[in-house]
Amino acid sequence: MLTGLTLTEARAGLAARTFSARELAKAHLDAIARLNPTLNAYITVLPEETVLAQADAADARYAAGTAGLMDGLPIGIKDLFCTKDVRTTAASAILAEFVPPYESTVTAKLLKEGAVFLGKTNLDEFAMGSANTSSAFGATTSPWRRTGEPDVALVPGGSSGGSSAAVAAGLALAATGTDTGGSIRQPAAYCGIVGLKPTYGRCSRWGVIAYASSLDQAGPMTRSVADAGLMLEAMAGFDERDSTSSSRPVPAFHKAVGKSVKGLKVGIPTEYRAPGLPEDVLAMWEQGIAWLREAGCEVVDVSLPHTRYGLTSYYIIAPAECSSNLARYDGIRFGKRVDAPSLDAVYEASRAAGFGAEVRSRILMGTYVLSAGYYDAYYLKAQKVRTLIRRDFEQAFENVDVLLTPTAPSAAFAQGENQNDPVQMYLNDIFTVPASLAGIPGLSVPVGLNNAGLPLGLQVLGRHFDEETVLSVGGALEAAAGFAHRPTLHAGAGA
Amino acid sequence: MSLDLATTRRIAKLARIGLEDAELEATTLKLNTILGWIDQLAEVNVDGVPPMVGTETEALRQREDVVTDGNCRDALLACAPETAGPFYTVPKVVE
Repeated sequence: MLTGLTLTEARAGLAARTFSARELAKAHLDAIARLNPTLNAYITVLPEETVLAQADAADARYAAGTAGLMDGLPIGIKDLFCTKDVRTTAASAILAEFVPPYESTVTAKLLKEGAVFLGKTNLDEFAMGSANTSSAFGATTSPWRRTGEPDVALVPGGSSGGSSAAVAAGLALAATGTDTGGSIRQPAAYCGIVGLKPTYGRCSRWGVIAYASSLDQAGPMTRSVADAGLMLEAMAGFDERDSTSSSRPVPAFHKAVGKSVKGLKVGIPTEYRAPGLPEDVLAMWEQGIAWLREAGCEVVDVSLPHTRYGLTSYYIIAPAECSSNLARYDGIRFGKRVDAPSLDAVYEASRAAGFGAEVRSRILMGTYVLSAGYYDAYYLKAQKVRTLIRRDFEQAFENVDVLLTPTAPSAAFAQGENQNDPVQMYLNDIFTVPASLAGIPGLSVPVGLNNAGLPLGLQVLGRHFDEETVLSVGGALEAAAGFAHRPTLHAGAGA
Repeated sequence: MSLDLATTRRIAKLARIGLEDAELEATTLKLNTILGWIDQLAEVNVDGVPPMVGTETEALRQREDVVTDGNCRDALLACAPETAGPFYTVPKVVE
């Protein structure tokens, strides 16, 4: 089944000429035609001739022996990455017709390594959300169903929910995501795939539509930990066009998977044992701890005392940066314009019509916390708390090599649940946000199913720029868990 | 701290987001729910703690002050909803 392969398996098959890149691409286009109407994982699917032309070029490179890291591998691109001459919407009505005249650095690097783009995947509008329900192009539905509830549509997580649903359902071998407070890791956990948020600065932000610039980071969403390493290698690297891009060399990340983790110290943050954490999540966490012990790791308790202030400071800092970044959507230079008698009225009408409810309220919240008289009490205070959160991690990493936590406080919920109380929705990010604030890498690995038959993920956090140790430990968890479950809806399932 | 309707109206004006009167109350309520929750930050002691303004993994770089990009006026103008020759158009702002 060509749509069920890992990147590593597909690349081996292409190199051995067991199948062609054209056959691989065609199998995915067929799966998209069949399942995307139900899942709505893609906002834009590229025309067949465009996809097959990319695949043919890859086949020619394999024949010539010049294939790149990602050559011939069909992937989805989150619709937050600008792609030259291909509509890029950020799932917002205000960018519904935006066709960028340039290519983001990350997608340009993937193209340079030969990746075949299938289309642009759905997301929460401007990447603001944890359920992929705020897209102006309609919600993405998870390919998973609870046992015995075939008619209850679940969320794929967010904001990279189109990417996670596509990878889980066999509509792409892998996909790009972006993570500001958990938007790669949480949807990966909800859909039973691997998601890696690299260290802040690893992947260039140039050409990625900005939400909160001090937090936004691109990363891979894949079916295996080794695939995440492989794809990160293709995505990462210095870019002079991003002032926060890291100049550190890019290691051969995929080689970190399979390395022995014997003797590594794994910290268990006591503050993550949040009151009310569901039994199934807790049990999976204990199981993960036991697996790492069996693999030879030393497990110790650590304290991250400012954990409980992570979410609250995030919901000041991210909206503040969002209000500033989204000021550019004014109806004049690009995007949707609503005509009105004065310039201010054009701005107000264009932005009222172009932005959805969650984006509008985050812009308003950000404007408020940055406004005269409130800046010190909210924004400056949150930035100081952010320092404390970062110090918590740095102190912990003096004694341990990685941290192990659940990725999310529950399995996927149903569409419509958690919609009325904004704070309840924000709590989905409780375990992912602190690492975003600190800028450290985090990996979500699928490790099992809960009683309702839904996937649960565990998160491995590491030191700044130490993705390799994170991937090694993730690989050990993956090997122990042997997660081979497929969602209810996937390309290989009977029609 | 909590917002009243006049403050919500003021920040909507600052953010250039048109809010109908009918939306004002629900928006204020939602913002107040979130503000009530983030007020727990008040209990953290941050005396002497510097603010973290980025993730501080990379120092800012300098480069020669030369043009390294550009010559794409038409491509950028093509993104605009309305143009006149090499210009963006806006409603008349000067009487």
